[in-house]
Amino acid sequence: MRSLARAWQGALLGLLLLASPSAPAQNAGADLIAKGEYLARAGDCVACHTAPGGQLFAGRRAMPTPFGTLYSSNITPDPETGIGKWSADDFYRMMHTGRSRDGGLLYPAMPFASYTKVTRADSDAIFAYLRSIPAVKLQNREHDLSFPYNNRSLILGWRTLFFQEGEYQPDPTQSDEWNRGAYLVQGLGHCSMCHTRINALGGSSESQAFEGGLIPMQNWYAPSLTSNREAGLGDWSIEEITDLLKTGISNRGAVYGPMAEVTYNSLQYLSDADTRAMAVYLKTLAPHDTSERPAPALSPSESSLLARLGRTVYDQQCASCHGTDGRGMPPHYPPLAGNQSIQMTSAVNAIRMVLNGGYPPATAGNPEPYGMPPFAQSLSDDEVAAVVSYIRVAWGNRGGPVSARQANELRSAPLE
Amino acid sequence: MLRLGAWALALLCALPLRAVLAEGTPQAPDTMEARVAGCASCHGARGEGTSNEYFPRLAGKPAGYLFNQLLAFHEGRRRYAPMNYLLAFLTPDYLRKMAEFYAEQRPPPQAITIPTAPPAALAHGRELVTNGAPDRGIPPCAACHGPVLTGMEPGIPGLVGLRSAYISAQLGAWRYGTRTAIAPDCMQIVASLLTEDDVSSVSAWLGSLPVPDNQSPLSAGTLTTPLACGSQPR
Repeated sequence: MRSLARAWQGALLGLLLLASPSAPAQNAGADLIAKGEYLARAGDCVACHTAPGGQLFAGRRAMPTPFGTLYSSNITPDPETGIGKWSADDFYRMMHTGRSRDGGLLYPAMPFASYTKVTRADSDAIFAYLRSIPAVKLQNREHDLSFPYNNRSLILGWRTLFFQEGEYQPDPTQSDEWNRGAYLVQGLGHCSMCHTRINALGGSSESQAFEGGLIPMQNWYAPSLTSNREAGLGDWSIEEITDLLKTGISNRGAVYGPMAEVTYNSLQYLSDADTRAMAVYLKTLAPHDTSERPAPALSPSESSLLARLGRTVYDQQCASCHGTDGRGMPPHYPPLAGNQSIQMTSAVNAIRMVLNGGYPPATAGNPEPYGMPPFAQSLSDDEVAAVVSYIRVAWGNRGGPVSARQANELRSAPLE
Repeated sequence: MLRLGAWALALLCALPLRAVLAEGTPQAPDTMEARVAGCASCHGARGEGTSNEYFPRLAGKPAGYLFNQLLAFHEGRRRYAPMNYLLAFLTPDYLRKMAEFYAEQRPPPQAITIPTAPPAALAHGRELVTNGAPDRGIPPCAACHGPVLTGMEPGIPGLVGLRSAYISAQLGAWRYGTRTAIAPDCMQIVASLLTEDDVSSVSAWLGSLPVPDNQSPLSAGTLTTPLACGSQPR
C-alpha cells in the first residue's frame, strides 16, 4: 500500500518535473539516506568518529582507555583513508561481527557487541548515509597501546568471553513498543557500554547488563539502570523518562557528565515514538523496589559535625536554587530530596557536580538550560565533603557520608 | 468552526492550568541572569568579577568579543578545562545570548588592587599602554582598545576592571601559543614582541586603573587600528 502511494507520488513528480525522469529513484535514495542519518544519530557515531574541531566522521578522536589510547577511524567515503571501497556487505559484517573489511578484529571500543543486534536493513541505511557525506582524506592514526594490549590476537580471548554475535530477537511476550525500545537501547544506543561495570579485562558481562559501574578514565559513575536505588526508572512516569532523554531535564533530575553528551549528540534527535519506546523498555528494567534502604552507619559525633557544617554550606550556597527543603524548582533546578542520583552507594557524581558544576545540554526541547556553578575554587575539601554528606542524608535521603579525602581525590578528575 | 471550538476549549483549559502551576510549584526565574548563574561563582552575578584575580570581569565587553571567546571554549580552540567542560554541550545561538547579556551589564566596579609593582615598572607599563614602543614595532594598547581602554565594537575587549594576574596570564598564553584568535591573530603578534619585563609592567599598570564612569566600548570603526585582526573586521 505504502509503495503504491510512493509510486503515485513518483509518477506525479515525474509529470510535474518532466525533465527529471529519475526523480523517483533519487527520492528512494534520499529516503534511505535520511533513515540512515537518523539511525547514525541513534548510534551516536559522531561522538567517537569526529574529533573535537575536526571534520565530520573523519575520525582521529583520541579515546583514552586503561590499556592505552585508541584513535577512532575515518568513516567518510574517501576511498584511500575512509570507507570508500567498502560494500554494504562489508559494513554489515563489521557491525555484526566486529571484523573490519580486511578481516582484522576491531578493538571493542567500537561497540560491536551492541551493534551486532542491528538489523541488516538498518545497517544498510546507515551505510547509505555514510556514503552520502563529504569524503575527507585523512589517514587513520595508529593506536597507542601499551604491551601486551597492542597484540590484536588478545581480542580473540576478549571476544570468547564477552562477545555474543546476533541480531536482536524480539520477545514475543512483550509489546511491539517494548521491543522497539529494547532494540534501540541494546543495539544502536549501546547504553551497556557505560551502564555495565567494565571488568579488569575491559569486558562487560552479559549477566550484569545495565547494572552500572565507574567509567574508566573519566571518573564518572554510570548508574545502574536495573536498580531503583540508582538510575533505575521503575518509579518514574513515562513522561518523566522521555523528558529526560529528549530534553536533558525532567521533574526528577537532569542529565550531566558523559550523559549530557549522549543527549546532545544523539537522544534529542530521536522521534517521539522511539523515545517513548525506549522509556517503556527502560522502565521495565527496574521493577518496583519495595525493600528498605539500609540506614548509613555513622558515629553520632561525626554525623552531627558533618551535618552542622554541611547544613551551613548548603544554606549559603545551594538553598537559593535547590530550596531549604531540597525540593528544587523542577525542571530547571532539580530536586535533591529523593533524587536517586545523590543517594547511590557511589558518591562520585554528587561530589563532582559540587566541584565542577555543569550545564545540561542545550536541546531543541530546552534550548537555554540553567547552569550550576563549580565550587572547586570556593569550597575546601572539608566543605565539599560536608555538603555532599548533608544532601545524602537530609530530607529522608538514604546515602552514606563522604570523606574530605574522597572530595580531594576527585579534584584532579579529568573534565573531558 | 469545529476547529475553532476545539482551539478555544484548549485555551480555556490551559489558562487555569497555567495559573495552578504558577501558584503550586515555584519555577526558576525566566531570566538570563538566572540561566548564567553557573558562571557567577567565578565571574560574578552580572559579570563584575570576583575576588579571584585570575577570573576576568565580563561586564561591558563587546558582545562580539565575548561570543568569540565562548565559541572558542565550546569548540576547544581556547583551552581552559573548566570553561571547555561547562560550554561543551551548549549551542552557538545560546552562547551568543550569553555574550549579549554580559555586554549589556554595567555593574559597579570591583575594588582596585593597590599595585605592588615598583614605580619604575608602573611608569614603563603606562608608557607601553599609552604610546607603545615604536622602535620595537609595538603599538600602544590604546590604539586598538581605546583611549580609556574600554574596547571597541565588535571584537576588541575592554582592558579595565581586569586584574594584573589575569592580564599577565593571557599575554603569556599568547606568547606561548596556548591562546589564539581568528587569523590574522594580531594579539599573538603583539605579545610575541613583548619581553617578560614588558608583560609584568603592562599588567601591573592596567590592573591599577579604575573602571571609568562610562564603561561602554567605542562604536565599530571609531579607531583605525594599526594591525589587521581576524576578530575585528575593518
